[in-house]
Amino acid sequence: MRNKIRRLEQIDRVDRDKPIKFYFNNRAYSAFEGDTLASALLANGVKLVSRSFKFHRPRGIFGSWYEEPNALVQTGLRSDSTPNQRATTVELFDGLRAKSVNVWPNLHFDILSINDKISSIFPAGFYYKTFMWPHFLWPIYEYLIRHSAGLGRVPEAPDQSSYEKQNIHCDILVIGGGVSGLAAALSAAKSGARTIIVDDRAELGGPKFDNKAHISGQSIKSFTSHVEHILNKNPDCEIFTRTSAFMHGDHNFIVLNQKVSDHIHPELRGNLPRERLLKVRAGQVIYATGALERSLVFENNDRPGTMLCSAVSEYINNFGICPGKRVVISGNNDTIYILARDLLNAGAEIVAISDARKRELAVTASEFNKDLPVYFEQAPIKTHGRQCVRAVTFGRVSSDGFISALDKNKKFECDLLCLSGGFDPNLSLFCQSGGDAVFNNESSLIYPNNSPKNVHLVGSSSGIFCLRDAYNNGLKVGIRASELEGFSCSLKAELEECSDNNLGYFQPVWGLSSVHKRPKDFVDLHNDVIGDDIRLAVQEGYQSIEHFKRYTTTGMGPDQGKTGNINAMVLLAKHLGKKVSEIGLTRYRAPWVPVTFGAFAGRDLGILSEPIRKTSLHYWHEENGAIFEDVGQWKRPRYYPQAGESIDDAVVRECHGVRNELGIFDASTLGKIEISGPDSGKFLNRIYTNKFDNLSIGSCRYGLMLKEDGMIMDDGVTSRLDEHNWFMTTTTSNSSLVFNWLDEWLQCEWPSLKVFITSVTGQWSNITIAGPNSRKLLAEVSDINTENSHFPHLTWQAVNLFNIECRVFRISFTGELSYEINVPSQYAQFIWNRLIDIGKKFSITPFGTETLHVLRAEKGYIAVGHDTDGTVTPNDLGLVKMLKSDGDYIGRRSLYRSDTSREGRLQFIGLLLDERVPEGAPIVEIKGDYSSRIKTGYVSSSYYSPTLDSPLALGFLQDGLSRLGDSVQVAIPVQGRNVDAKIVSPVFYDPSGERLNG
Amino acid sequence: MLLIPCPWCGLRAESEFSSGGEANISRPYVNNDLSDNDWADYLFYRKNPKGWHQEQWHHVKGCRRWFNVERHTVTHEIRKSWPMNSSSDSND
Ligand SMILES: [Zn+2]
Repeated sequence: MRNKIRRLEQIDRVDRDKPIKFYFNNRAYSAFEGDTLASALLANGVKLVSRSFKFHRPRGIFGSWYEEPNALVQTGLRSDSTPNQRATTVELFDGLRAKSVNVWPNLHFDILSINDKISSIFPAGFYYKTFMWPHFLWPIYEYLIRHSAGLGRVPEAPDQSSYEKQNIHCDILVIGGGVSGLAAALSAAKSGARTIIVDDRAELGGPKFDNKAHISGQSIKSFTSHVEHILNKNPDCEIFTRTSAFMHGDHNFIVLNQKVSDHIHPELRGNLPRERLLKVRAGQVIYATGALERSLVFENNDRPGTMLCSAVSEYINNFGICPGKRVVISGNNDTIYILARDLLNAGAEIVAISDARKRELAVTASEFNKDLPVYFEQAPIKTHGRQCVRAVTFGRVSSDGFISALDKNKKFECDLLCLSGGFDPNLSLFCQSGGDAVFNNESSLIYPNNSPKNVHLVGSSSGIFCLRDAYNNGLKVGIRASELEGFSCSLKAELEECSDNNLGYFQPVWGLSSVHKRPKDFVDLHNDVIGDDIRLAVQEGYQSIEHFKRYTTTGMGPDQGKTGNINAMVLLAKHLGKKVSEIGLTRYRAPWVPVTFGAFAGRDLGILSEPIRKTSLHYWHEENGAIFEDVGQWKRPRYYPQAGESIDDAVVRECHGVRNELGIFDASTLGKIEISGPDSGKFLNRIYTNKFDNLSIGSCRYGLMLKEDGMIMDDGVTSRLDEHNWFMTTTTSNSSLVFNWLDEWLQCEWPSLKVFITSVTGQWSNITIAGPNSRKLLAEVSDINTENSHFPHLTWQAVNLFNIECRVFRISFTGELSYEINVPSQYAQFIWNRLIDIGKKFSITPFGTETLHVLRAEKGYIAVGHDTDGTVTPNDLGLVKMLKSDGDYIGRRSLYRSDTSREGRLQFIGLLLDERVPEGAPIVEIKGDYSSRIKTGYVSSSYYSPTLDSPLALGFLQDGLSRLGDSVQVAIPVQGRNVDAKIVSPVFYDPSGERLNG
Repeated sequence: MLLIPCPWCGLRAESEFSSGGEANISRPYVNNDLSDNDWADYLFYRKNPKGWHQEQWHHVKGCRRWFNVERHTVTHEIRKSWPMNSSSDSND
């Protein structure tokens, strides 16, 4: 059934001495090196390549490059598999495997092609309409949608290949290696400017649609090869092929995706990365991105065997494949006659040509052949056939570009239908750079406008389609761009002689003039959007093109509507009764072509994806069985389970150890900032809500830090080391935030303050010993007087421990007698080991962050970021005593705003309950006129307290501070039940502070 | 991605910086006369112009200095930058 096509003689891309084998849907085929998967499939007579997205209609190859909307395939196997590639851009290698996507169970028998028969239930927005009701059926809908609407499949295993990233700087970046881009690079590189030219194809030279075209007496192929040779020899020029520019960011930051080895068999790639992400910063950017061919909209314009004229040209001229024997050509510009000539030369029969233009406007075409069967002012109104196109019927094109039926229908039998709706400059990246694409209501063409500074367009992307003009234009723009970068060049050799291949007069063709019963006239082949969907969207009230796009899905998905967007825009304007220019185009966004996740991830995978911070004591924790938790980038020991212990068992044991004997804890991750200078006290007064300049040397004080909006930002203890030096601690996760915060105020607001700050988090390790025996341990290992009168709570001392100068701060976050021993980090392990050894006689217990949390919650201490969330003021916490009455501080004025001082704010409370409830659970109660319970607060911390032998919780409740003793409930919605709770003071343990101060 | 002229380090990529919003906002002197509105103006309200905008940037992954930049919010063109606490006229 499939007939292999004999290759034509004059072909330049494939190497006929190198036959290769490939597999499509598990069947073996042969091809030549240089083929794309699409050209190879066409050469093997494979017409049916995929099923469409929504209706599962049979589809074939439509284009020849990234504009392809139909032929999506998945290549490779397992970890090497890549979904949703266009067959037109897949370069073949020997042994390549590809499969159709969106087919089930297989391409020829696809169960969901039933969708085509029942397509009336799939109008625009069908997801939103059909699946809304009834709600309980949603899981079934979801299963069906996931099964039927997916395109490719996620690879079964992680990609083993490597991806690289590179930063590049250049003076001039030329994007597009066709005739005009080559010319621009030629003059730019000659001026001495560092020039880069990139093209997404395997070689420079552009698509070369027209093999009769010539420049200076040479074929385009030999001319562009010659220019490439010159560029290659110029050390100032770098060439990147197989490289797509997909994003234009601010200040000429262009991101390129280079396919380094995708065209090589995975086993032969050696050490080559698969792709490279090139981040280019260019002085000037020259876009030579060419033009995109519009399709035509008519009934059943999607049957396999329907192709763009430019694609057919490319298959004939570059791959030596004529994809049909009996051909109908339909178009509205001169390129149809060039194609007709090429088809005739390739041995095809031209059955009919429909030219939408009037005869007198068309016959100026240089390739016009009066022997051809041309039907003027006509365009296809429908095709016939089943799995592929068998015949075409023409209709009449009126001057406004719409097609209506002729009185007498004539069917033209054919196996290939070539379409050309005209060419639009490819302005996607240009628009990303800040330029505009404007629809001209007179000419019905798209033009570039408002070119940003340092961005240029050449060739057909600027609307110049004649080869000679494009080349000369490229030379000139290349010179101008290099001059803007301070280079000069006088390149005289402008082209004189060149074949003339203008597009001729252009007559727009938009679609069917009037339709009944929703014909399948596809505006967007990729998303199965038909003309009537546009009418429907307008009828349902959609006016903005951006809303219309998302509702109908026009222009979405991998192909981004490259061949259909303009037609859709015009049809939308027609239904809205507006001018096209009033509607505008949808915004162009990156990426211009799909980019793999691998390229973005590069080498930043696994342990390299985020730095890991370990304390100096990390390996001791590891050796002693600690289970770690991540706190920011830090690894912190969460608990140290002994044999057979669960987390709860371990935490209970550790809690009792601290409360009854002695615990030891690695608090090294706390942020530590040294603050120096004569104005430090003044500065701290402004930073903290409480007073600091009156703190005596040797003392420590707990401080509360607000943001300017009055909300708690951080807390911690700051100590005075001497007259001008202070030592601040911050919470672990806020250490860099606080440091940057202090720095910002010093640099931007108070530069006259004589204060200098230094982060010393890593320099000092913090070994905390806590519990009633901690004084005994400290007395044993040092020669200082540890009596309460000599070393009271909230003071610090310089202490020599085992001949190492340490700072010991008597601070407590557990509610027990506690010393934070700050040790120069290089000695931390040594000191820790000695403390563990000597501490054995005091029953020393290492404890982790989980135990610390339980202990601090028993004591009613907040954990910033755990209990507070950026909406909590000191008043909400009941910490009014922390607010100094004299002098300003950051956030002070906000505490008197109407919202922060109103009644009904959520305030910090403790809850006693019979079971542990989830953190975040709502507190609910009957209130006001409500008959059922409403949320009046929430739980922020919840633990089982071994000390109280009871669950406890901390939380926030409306006016909670004045409601001690009341009963409320905590809701557990996922279990559909409530738990009774009693409101108590958040300080559950040692409210008088005897243990802490004793 | 912007290319930002740090007065100390020269042109560097935006990814090295963090933005600090509108420049030249000075903290009001807080006394009993300072109304809610004046405080709100300092705390919440920003010009957000379409056009030239003076703003603060922090070279947080570089020299760590704060400085001012004049940037066009439509084209993103940056026409000058100058150190914090100096006049925008003194450095062009
Ligand atoms: Zn800098």
